[in-house]
Amino acid sequence: MTFREAIRKAMADEMAADRNVVLFGEDVGVYGGCFKVTEGMWKEFPDQIIDTPVSEEGFTGMAVGAAMMGLRPIVEIMYADFYTLIFDPIVNHAAKTHFMSGGQFCCPITVRLPEGSGTGHGAQHTQSPEGLFLNSTGLKLVAPSNPSDAYHLLRASIRDNNPVLFFEHKLLYPTEGEISNEPVPIGKAKVIGNGLDVTIIAYSHAVTTALEAAELLKENGIDATVVDLRTLNPLDKETIFKQVQKTGRAVLIQDPNGIGGIDAQVCAAICQDKKTFSSLKCRVLQFSGKETPVPFSRDLEKLTIPQAKDIAVAVGKLF
Amino acid sequence: MTEKQLSIDALRMMLNSRYFEEKTEELFKAGQIHGTTHLANGQEAAQAGLCMALDKADWIVPTHRCHGFTICKGSSPKAMFAEMFGSRAGLAKGLGGSMHMPDAGHCNLGSSAVVGSGVPLATGIAFKLKFDSADSAAFATSTNQNPKLCPPQPVKNISVAIFGDGASSRGSVHESMNIASIWKLPVLFYCENNHYGMSASSDKMISVDKVSDRASAYGIPGKVVDGNDFEEVYNSVIEAASYIRSGNGPYLLEVMTYRFKGHSKSDRRLYRTSDEEQQWMLRDPILLFEQKILASGYMTQQEIESLEKECKEDIENQAGQALDTCSDKLSENEVLNLVYASEEERL
Repeated sequence: MTFREAIRKAMADEMAADRNVVLFGEDVGVYGGCFKVTEGMWKEFPDQIIDTPVSEEGFTGMAVGAAMMGLRPIVEIMYADFYTLIFDPIVNHAAKTHFMSGGQFCCPITVRLPEGSGTGHGAQHTQSPEGLFLNSTGLKLVAPSNPSDAYHLLRASIRDNNPVLFFEHKLLYPTEGEISNEPVPIGKAKVIGNGLDVTIIAYSHAVTTALEAAELLKENGIDATVVDLRTLNPLDKETIFKQVQKTGRAVLIQDPNGIGGIDAQVCAAICQDKKTFSSLKCRVLQFSGKETPVPFSRDLEKLTIPQAKDIAVAVGKLF
Repeated sequence: MTEKQLSIDALRMMLNSRYFEEKTEELFKAGQIHGTTHLANGQEAAQAGLCMALDKADWIVPTHRCHGFTICKGSSPKAMFAEMFGSRAGLAKGLGGSMHMPDAGHCNLGSSAVVGSGVPLATGIAFKLKFDSADSAAFATSTNQNPKLCPPQPVKNISVAIFGDGASSRGSVHESMNIASIWKLPVLFYCENNHYGMSASSDKMISVDKVSDRASAYGIPGKVVDGNDFEEVYNSVIEAASYIRSGNGPYLLEVMTYRFKGHSKSDRRLYRTSDEEQQWMLRDPILLFEQKILASGYMTQQEIESLEKECKEDIENQAGQALDTCSDKLSENEVLNLVYASEEERL
């Protein structure tokens, strides 16, 4: 099953189980969504798939209000870049509703945000804005790297009583994978491999880069463990600490630029944990996107995100 | 309810709202309440007229100037004072303050302190009310049929998006009116026009003479009424709500009123003349309504004065009771535990 189909299946399974699960978004009906994620769903769930006008703030705010009344809305934002238009309903309302009402209201909304570069869409259709939401207390942030995690984490997000932002890297949509029978809870990272030399921590599309880098390192006799964060907030610090302590070397990879982002947060956590910090045999390496808007040109676009071979060379120098 | 009983109840609500604001101002000036407040003295008819015309199970999303709406929807003034004292007994356990007084038990979602942002939320309540109504499947199939062509589907309850003349310029308000219109959502857009968005006169900031003129742009009915006349507000809300309950979709009702006080406690009111203020104070909604009650013979002057005294004492007592428990605050741990909802929680 592809990543795209896994997301579709997660929504369909939840919609079948609960009529209160409703999808709002632009062109999510007959058109099937900008990335064909919702293709055909309108036939099976005619009253749960709702095409909206181009009014991101309006329909996201509406979904927030409906969620406070017990609906379990999923909002598809066509491109994650349009996050700017939903900042107010998500940051000022969804994230604070439970708190500001003294626990009277929950806001079980899931916002799906297709993100990432590599598709030649230019600087306003390729951003990965998850870092911007880290500072908004009250939100959960999820970014799966494979179909199985996407399926299970989207179901968990829809069922969660809190607002969840669900980041889908566009390059992952056609990737294939088996769907595991094991549910994946929000807040739990995944450990891949058991290399004792270096721990590479990544999420979303950058996990692909991390696995490629691990292969290249293996050719040079360096065994890596890869940690796929899967959930960006709350961070699974327990797994991060354990896996870094195991190897004494931490390498962080993310596609968006590194200022104030997820990896900066992971690095801060490692530095502040006494046992983990003491276990480090060398400095922490961080590979992030370049500090530039994403260029259109195919070759230039590629330059802005971390590449496996560069990572392998730099990590090799740690030994 | 008899006309007489309704009138007496309405006067009581307006008096409670006025005395609540007066007591609040006194407590702020005495430094007993922290932060800021937005008083609605002068807007009592607009607030009581709306809330009293609604069903108990109709929802409201008020503005930051929310005290009167909250009282008239049925919340306890004591719990409202407690909220402003920041104590556990407050409507939001002391986490909201003057601008955030949600009360689920009285179908009040609470206000947004981001002007105009409560309007999409109220539209969302309307969506849910319609979605839960018997024939909701037909309306939501926006993907394979034109919702504008769906026949009206009556709904039992409605939602009210309350906003001011200032908020009427927000994109969120315009987006919400369009969305509510295409899906015929049961929402009353209630514009409480008090002529100023903070210091900005609506004459200077709004391109049309009346906010309700904009209704036609969204294909919905719009009406403007005297917001200082309780009966006019009340009857207009009944009429608008009945239109909405019949499944016809949203309605924009604008009530013209005036806030006697400044925007917030720091406002020196340099942007308007005292002459203008005096003119409006001659049209104090409570005085106007008392005159009507006297003329209709529902109450004597003595009975009115006795009701005023009773309401004032009651508000005083409730403030006093809230003050008695104001030192009981949430613990740090309790505060942190309220950031996220647990797995079991549901409305």
